[in-house]
Amino acid sequence: MSITAALGDTVAGDPSAAPPPRRTAQRAHLVLLGPGIIYLLLFFVVPVGALLATSLYVPVPGGDVGQYQPAFHWQNYVDAISQFWPTIVRSFWFALLATGAALVIGYPMAYVIAVRARGHKLLQGLLLVLVVAPFFTSFILRTIAWKQILADDSFTVSALHWLHLLPADARLTATPFAVVCGLTYNFLPFMVLPIFAALGRLDSRLLEAGSDLYASPTTTFRTVTWPLSMPGVVAGTLLVFIPAAGDYVNASLLGNNTNTTMVGQVIDSRFFKVLDYPTAACLSVVLMAAIMLLVGAYIRRAGTEELV
Amino acid sequence: MTSTGAAPEAQATGAGGAALVIERVTKAFGSFVAVDDLTLTIQPGSFFALLGPSGCGKTTTLRMIAGLEQPTSGTLSIGGKDVTGTRAHQRPVNTVFQSYALFPHLTVGENVAFGLRRTRANDIAKRVADGLDLVELRHLADRRPGQLSGGQQQRVALARALVNRPALLLLDEPLGALDLKLRRQMQLELKRIQTEVGLTFVHVTHDQEEAMTMADTVAVMNRGRIEQMGSPAQLYELPRTTFVANFLGQSNLVAGTVVERDEKPGLLGVDVGGTRILVPQQRAVRTDGAVLVGARPEKMRLLVGDQAPGEAENVLGPGVVTDVSFMGVSTQYQVEIAGLGTFGVFAQNLLGGATVTVGSPVRLAWAVDFTFGLDGAEAADEGTFDLDDEL
Repeated sequence: MSITAALGDTVAGDPSAAPPPRRTAQRAHLVLLGPGIIYLLLFFVVPVGALLATSLYVPVPGGDVGQYQPAFHWQNYVDAISQFWPTIVRSFWFALLATGAALVIGYPMAYVIAVRARGHKLLQGLLLVLVVAPFFTSFILRTIAWKQILADDSFTVSALHWLHLLPADARLTATPFAVVCGLTYNFLPFMVLPIFAALGRLDSRLLEAGSDLYASPTTTFRTVTWPLSMPGVVAGTLLVFIPAAGDYVNASLLGNNTNTTMVGQVIDSRFFKVLDYPTAACLSVVLMAAIMLLVGAYIRRAGTEELV
Repeated sequence: MTSTGAAPEAQATGAGGAALVIERVTKAFGSFVAVDDLTLTIQPGSFFALLGPSGCGKTTTLRMIAGLEQPTSGTLSIGGKDVTGTRAHQRPVNTVFQSYALFPHLTVGENVAFGLRRTRANDIAKRVADGLDLVELRHLADRRPGQLSGGQQQRVALARALVNRPALLLLDEPLGALDLKLRRQMQLELKRIQTEVGLTFVHVTHDQEEAMTMADTVAVMNRGRIEQMGSPAQLYELPRTTFVANFLGQSNLVAGTVVERDEKPGLLGVDVGGTRILVPQQRAVRTDGAVLVGARPEKMRLLVGDQAPGEAENVLGPGVVTDVSFMGVSTQYQVEIAGLGTFGVFAQNLLGGATVTVGSPVRLAWAVDFTFGLDGAEAADEGTFDLDDEL
C-alpha cells in the first residue's frame, strides 16, 4: 500500500513536490546517451547531410577536374539514374541471389547447430566458432582466396571440367557466378547467427506437440519450426542483403568489370578515380533510399513486429 | 457421434475410444531401466490413471503410448492394432502436455484446428467452435496463447487434443502448473468432459488425490513397475504393498509375526509387541512369518480411560497423544505407543473439535475388517514422502 502510494506520488502526483528525483533521472539519461548522440551527429548525420548537399553540386565553371560548387542541381539525379540504372538493378539482383543462396546454405547450418546439437554444449560451441572463424581473417584476403579457388588453372575448375559439369571453354572467375559466390560466402555468418538465435529459443516440446497432432516431420517443420524461426530469417536476410547490395570488393576482385559491375564499384570509381563527386553522391543516396524502401516493404510483409 | 476425419485409425474406434494393450514393454535409457517389463490393458472408454512419484516411469510409459519414445522391447496396440514402431503422427492418440506446448505463433482457434487440418477433417470451423465451447473459451478464439492465463492455456491444450476425437487421450500431469483451487475445479471439469465425450483417458500424475478423484482405475507405479492396480477404493482400502499403503493416502503400519492361523475362521493372529492383532486372511499378503499390520488413520479411534473396545475390534496401547491438529472437518491425532512407534488417527468432528488433549493416555481401536497385512520384508516407510520431495 505504502509502496504504491509512493510510486503514485512520483509519477502522477503534484509536480512541485516530486520533481527532484525525476529531473536527476532525466539528466542521468542524457549523460548516458550523450557520447552516442555526439558520435552519431559527427560521424553519421553530418556526413549524410554533406552527401545530400554534394549530390546537388555543379562543376565550377572553367575550374579544374574535381572542383565543384554548391547548387541545387536536381538534374544530377536524372543523369546518374539514367546512366547507371542497369548497374543498380544488377546490384540488387546479385544481392538477392546471394541472400537466397545464403539462406539455403545457412538455414540448415543454423538448424543443425541450434536444434540437432542441442544438449551438446561443447559441439555447439565448436560449430559456432567455425561459423565465426572466417572473421579472424581479413575480408579482402578471403575474397582474394576465392579468386584462387575459382581461377582458370585451379583445382576446382579442372575438376569441374574433368567431370564435364563445366563446358571446356567455360570459366568461373570473372563471371557473375563468381561475384554471387563471393557475396554469399562473405555474408553467410550474418545469415547463420540470427537464425541460430531464433532456433535456439525454439521449444522442442512444440515439435513433439506437432507430431502428436498428426503432423509429419516435414509438416511440423513447415507449420511450426519455420514460422517460429521467421524473426531470425528476416534479420538474417536483411543483414546479408543490405551490405551485399552496396558491396564492391567482391565485384571488383571476382568480377570482370563488364557484366558484373555493381553500384558500389561505380560509386568508388566516381569518387576516387573520376572525381565526379555529385554523381557518386547521387548514386549513394539512390542506393540508400532504394534499400530503405525495399527493406521497409519487406519488413511490413514479413510482419515481424519484434524487429522494428 | 460420428468421428469423421479424425486420425484414419481413430474412425474405426467410434465414440467409446479404444482399448490400449501394453505387453511386456521395457524401456531402458543406457543402463537405467525406466519402464520394466510392463503389461497393462486399459479398457475402452475408461479414465485410467498412472500414479507414482517422479522418476517412476509413468511419463516414459505415456510417451511410449504417444509414440514420442519407442520401447526397447515389447509391444503396444491400440484398438487391436499393433502400433509398436509407428511414429507419433501416425497414431490415433493425442496428448495434453504438462507444459501445454501451445503454438505461440498461432491463435487459440488455429491451435485447436491444428490436428484437424493435418487430417483434412470436414467442418473444421464448426468442430473448433464446439471444442472451444466444451472448455468454455470460444470468446478467446482469436487471442494468442501468450495472452491467456495458465488455466485458460490448459483448457486450450485440452480442446486442441479433444477435437480430434482420438482413440486415446493422454494427459501428462496436465494440472501440475495450476494452483490448488483451480486444480480442483479442473479435476471435476476433466471428469465431466470425459463422461461427456466418452473417450479413453490415460492420465499420468504424482498427485494421489487427483488420481483418486478422477480415475476409474488407478495403477500405482514405482521403479518402472506397476505395484498395484484397481479402482481407487480397492487400492485405498486394501493396499498390497507398503509403497501403495503409504503413497496412496496414509497408513499406520506396524511390524508383527503371525502366531496363529485359523484358530478363528478366516483370521490370522499376529503378535505385535506382545499384543494379539487379528487380520482377515483374505486381506493379508502373507500368512506366516514377519508381516506388517496396517490400518488407515480414519479407521482408528481413540479409547479414553477404561472405555471398552467394540466386539470385532483390534486394540493397541496404551499410548500418549503427542499432537492434536484441528483440520476443520476432522481432527488429526498423533499417538505414541512405546516400542511400536507413532500412529495417526483422524477423527471426524461430529460434535465439534478435539476431545482429547496432548499428553492424555489413550488406546487405539479399529475394526478387524479394516485391518490389512503386508509382507514384513518390505520397508515400512516405502512410498512415504521426504520433506524435500515435491508434494
